[in-house]
Amino acid sequence: MQHYNMNLTLKVWRQKDKNAAGGFETYQVKDISSEMSFLEMFDVLNERLIVEGKEPIAFDHDCREGICGMCSMVIDGRPHGPWEANTTCQLHMRAYKDGDTIVVEPWRANAFPVVKDLVVDRGSFDRIIQAGGFVSVNTGNAVDGNAIPIEKDNADAAFAAAACIGCGACVAACKNSSAMLFVSAKVSHLALLPQGEPERRQRVVNMIAQMDKEGFGSCTNTYSCEAECPKEISVTNIARLNREYLQASLK
Amino acid sequence: MAFTGLFLIFFLLIHGYVNANVLFENGEENFNRAANFMSTNALIRIMEIGLFAGFIIHIIQGYALERMNRAARSNKYAVSGVSKTSTWYSRSMAILGTLILLFLVIHLADFWVPSRFGGLEEVTYGSVETHNLYAKMKEVFSKEWAVIVYVVGCFSLAWHLLHGFQSAFQTLGWKHKNYAGIIEGIGVGFSVIVPLIFALMPIFMYFGWELPIGNITLLF
Repeated sequence: MQHYNMNLTLKVWRQKDKNAAGGFETYQVKDISSEMSFLEMFDVLNERLIVEGKEPIAFDHDCREGICGMCSMVIDGRPHGPWEANTTCQLHMRAYKDGDTIVVEPWRANAFPVVKDLVVDRGSFDRIIQAGGFVSVNTGNAVDGNAIPIEKDNADAAFAAAACIGCGACVAACKNSSAMLFVSAKVSHLALLPQGEPERRQRVVNMIAQMDKEGFGSCTNTYSCEAECPKEISVTNIARLNREYLQASLK
Repeated sequence: MAFTGLFLIFFLLIHGYVNANVLFENGEENFNRAANFMSTNALIRIMEIGLFAGFIIHIIQGYALERMNRAARSNKYAVSGVSKTSTWYSRSMAILGTLILLFLVIHLADFWVPSRFGGLEEVTYGSVETHNLYAKMKEVFSKEWAVIVYVVGCFSLAWHLLHGFQSAFQTLGWKHKNYAGIIEGIGVGFSVIVPLIFALMPIFMYFGWELPIGNITLLF
């Protein structure tokens, strides 16, 4: 692909802290390479802001290789930008052309309060995991992972669900700010494996209870989450979550 | 939403089946006999109470859900990309539901109230004396605006069902990769065919059409 440089107009959400009002600020960025990542463009802008003595734009990032789930920008209304099955760090500037205007906002959901600028607090996800997204194991020597035979279909489905990186794009994309895709991925991942079996019932009940407590909305099956998920987690997991929950409630 | 939704879907099937009598030859007698069966059968009358309960629960739950879900995001996005990732009707269930509710009020006032609380002429078929609900339909559907209101109601129903049918199965967890396509297919078919049959009734009545086939639906 042909390399090119571009000048862009960015409208970025700036918010001093959790309690400040916040608003959009417009920035012009020049000579942005088409081979840069979206976050590298923000690095260039931030370096300039620092030189100018201004406060750089705060944004979350860590691995910058699409596997940690830290980056979290809503770009022109799309969590992680316009590309499918992609994180913000892996969105590259060749997605844009010279003269484009790009609007960048934080994840917006009451369960994800803005900490600063584009950084949100996703602690609500951590608390859902703490409520049941684990398996309890005895201490001692590590158990041979291959000692328990697992049906191939189940192992594959569990692995696909375990691909969830907990970035929260599902919540950001959902018109109801529902966390059902995230919770369903975590519940499915463990419910499909024999290691998850002993805590299967409490897990789903406790995780759903915590999810409701955190103020996420309810699922109305519009499936925006699946379309925006960088790891392509399927909404079939949500059906499984509903089934698990119904069975656990009836037991 | 899902349980009541499926119950109401089942009701639509019965309602459409019985009323489709009016589309065919000899519709007046066939339909009035069927309506008489529906209003005198004890089991159906008990079901009617369940039906009202189903509607009320579905409506109240629907509005409560919409309110809660709106409240989950106090600060809205400046730019929304949601139209690129979901269908408009899946996001508009509350609005479509409200249109159906408005239609339902008109519909009950047109037919259910007079058939329960008087105001219909009587007609006799052999030994059976019954309300002439068919004549009431003729009267209501002689007005253009009533035909338009009913057709709009059917359109709202079709879009509501197009999302609601498969959504109910998803909510109840009745989803398997081998059967999800079948359920979706049946859902689309149901959402198009059933509201279409309902929409044809006021249109046929207004123009005085009938299909030249007799006794195709159940005779009671």
